[in-house]
Amino acid sequence: MTAQAEPLELVKLTKRYGDTVAVDAIDLRVPAGTYCCLLGPSGCGKSSTLRMIAGHETVSDGDLVLGAHNISDIPPAKRKTSMMFQNYALFPHLSSRDNVAFSLKMRGIDAPTRYERADAALALVQMEGFAKRRPNQLSGGQQQRIALARALVTEPSILLLDEPLSALDPFLRIRMRAELKRLQQDLGITFIHVTHSQEEAMALSDLVVVMNDGRIEQAGTAREVFSRPRTPFVARFIGGHNVVDGRVDRIENGLIHFAVPTGRAAARAPDAALSTGDPVSIAVRADQITLAQGNQAANDNANSLSGKISSIQYQGSFVEVRVDAGQAEPILVTVPDSRFDAAPVAEGEDATLTWPIEDGHLLASASA
Amino acid sequence: MATVRKTPANVIAYLQAFPMAAIFFIFFILPICMVVVVSFFDYQTYDILIPDFVFFNYVDVFSSETTYRTYWATVRFCVITWAITLVLGFTIAHFLAFYLKTVPTQLVCFLICTIPFWTSNVIRMISWIPFLGRNGLINQALMSLGIVDAPQEWLLYSEFAVMLGYVHLYTLFMIVPIFNSMARIDKSLIEAAKDQGASSLQILTNVVIPLTKPGIAIGSIFVLAIVMGDFVTVSVLGGGQIPSIGKSIQTELSYLQFPPAAANAVVLLGITILMIVALIRIVDIRKEL
Repeated sequence: MTAQAEPLELVKLTKRYGDTVAVDAIDLRVPAGTYCCLLGPSGCGKSSTLRMIAGHETVSDGDLVLGAHNISDIPPAKRKTSMMFQNYALFPHLSSRDNVAFSLKMRGIDAPTRYERADAALALVQMEGFAKRRPNQLSGGQQQRIALARALVTEPSILLLDEPLSALDPFLRIRMRAELKRLQQDLGITFIHVTHSQEEAMALSDLVVVMNDGRIEQAGTAREVFSRPRTPFVARFIGGHNVVDGRVDRIENGLIHFAVPTGRAAARAPDAALSTGDPVSIAVRADQITLAQGNQAANDNANSLSGKISSIQYQGSFVEVRVDAGQAEPILVTVPDSRFDAAPVAEGEDATLTWPIEDGHLLASASA
Repeated sequence: MATVRKTPANVIAYLQAFPMAAIFFIFFILPICMVVVVSFFDYQTYDILIPDFVFFNYVDVFSSETTYRTYWATVRFCVITWAITLVLGFTIAHFLAFYLKTVPTQLVCFLICTIPFWTSNVIRMISWIPFLGRNGLINQALMSLGIVDAPQEWLLYSEFAVMLGYVHLYTLFMIVPIFNSMARIDKSLIEAAKDQGASSLQILTNVVIPLTKPGIAIGSIFVLAIVMGDFVTVSVLGGGQIPSIGKSIQTELSYLQFPPAAANAVVLLGITILMIVALIRIVDIRKEL
């Protein structure tokens, strides 16, 4: 029951509500058969974007192109998209089978055919045994499977999922996550999944789209986004990163050296147009920073920050150490527990933080 | 030393239920029982209640052709009123629930619907008279516009007037429960139906109406029960020309024929209950309550 997968393109897509711009002229290309996550905090425009793709929100400006067709102005059911709603939106007066068969009934397909197809869709989500149950007789996870079957029975080329896992308990969430991914791979269609959980986006996506304030901050594979966040927002939102702010001191051999309140840092910037005194930010992963006891100002390293340890949290296989180093937020360092035990530190002690130059990534300024 | 006695939980529950149960018993069960008892009494011109156990009050009710004609007229009124109030009430509730986007505008419009209820029933009915009468506003307007050259007689003291009165008085009883049911419909269900390719009409028949059934049933019970027992509207707007069970019971009462009136009332009660039972069999109202 797979439809032909087609690429989706968002061209200067804009959504305005009165004077407020919810989605600000975003461009995005989602190749056919991609698992794409729209990631961002609430109010960032990710849901509006999804609802425009679904056709439940009118497009204020710009275009939506699916395959060879501009779908901006056609009704939801004719778009070859199908949406799974956040609260599942199952019809409470219909059995699971009738819920799944609803779209087929609306198209005037006869009962035997539509029940046959509905049963096939139920089998796809392993809910064959629940065909006669009403939604209120099902658990949250089961309702979600029914909603998934209902969305898939129309054989869409894009499945839109609006925070599909947020209503589930953590254990079920991880199980459903794996199942969504398997389903997407089996069907070979595009899934566009809205979430505010970066962990979910990392685990699922072929393409992560980080949004903020109605704009796309970064779009790329999970690995790209995590290893090379483009803006301070992405670095902070994605987690596991530190943003180090400072001012340009000098530029030598494609290396920007800059002064930070409690030390110095450097980053490679082949084509950055920066001059002395400009503000710069770099992102450094928490697991790539080396923590050393004391205030030893390692002169041999281009990156060195000193500060006081403000908190230590044991997390099992690693220890989270936060160091106040004069930055907006304490610098987070994750230390493997064996390494921490070899040289334990305590709260309130002085510490020096160092990292290799190639692990610091120059960030575009927030407004760029 | 006094022992502290614990009152069992179920005793407390009964105590809490007692006031409502007592009111029900004294003002509802007891009077109905009395009506049933009186319906088997005998009566004479100067002795209006003779305790007895006779069936001729019922025999009179069922053997008189007038009864059947009156019941037919009342049921007919009832069904027509029900149909009109249902269509109107559903449409208005649908507008309030789905077309008004914000809760404040919904509330304001809802309050506007209740404005007629700020005055009494009788005043509202009587106010139709100068409007519909022989020399009333409508007739004057029609004549001065040259649409008709004689006053229209069917406007007042007619079936039309009674029907108008019923619709005017009881549409709100349909609007309120139907609106209540509709307001509970999750808006995402409508969106999901659209996503699944349902047209506006299909959304109405496949989603809105099934989910509004309990409200429709409750509104229907209100309208059916009220119209079945009505005698005021029929008297005021029907001008004594329109037969109705409520009115015939009232007439019997005014002649102090209590036992036949009681028998009539019991039959009316039975028929109304049958109608409501039939409705409840179609729609499960418990979900709503």
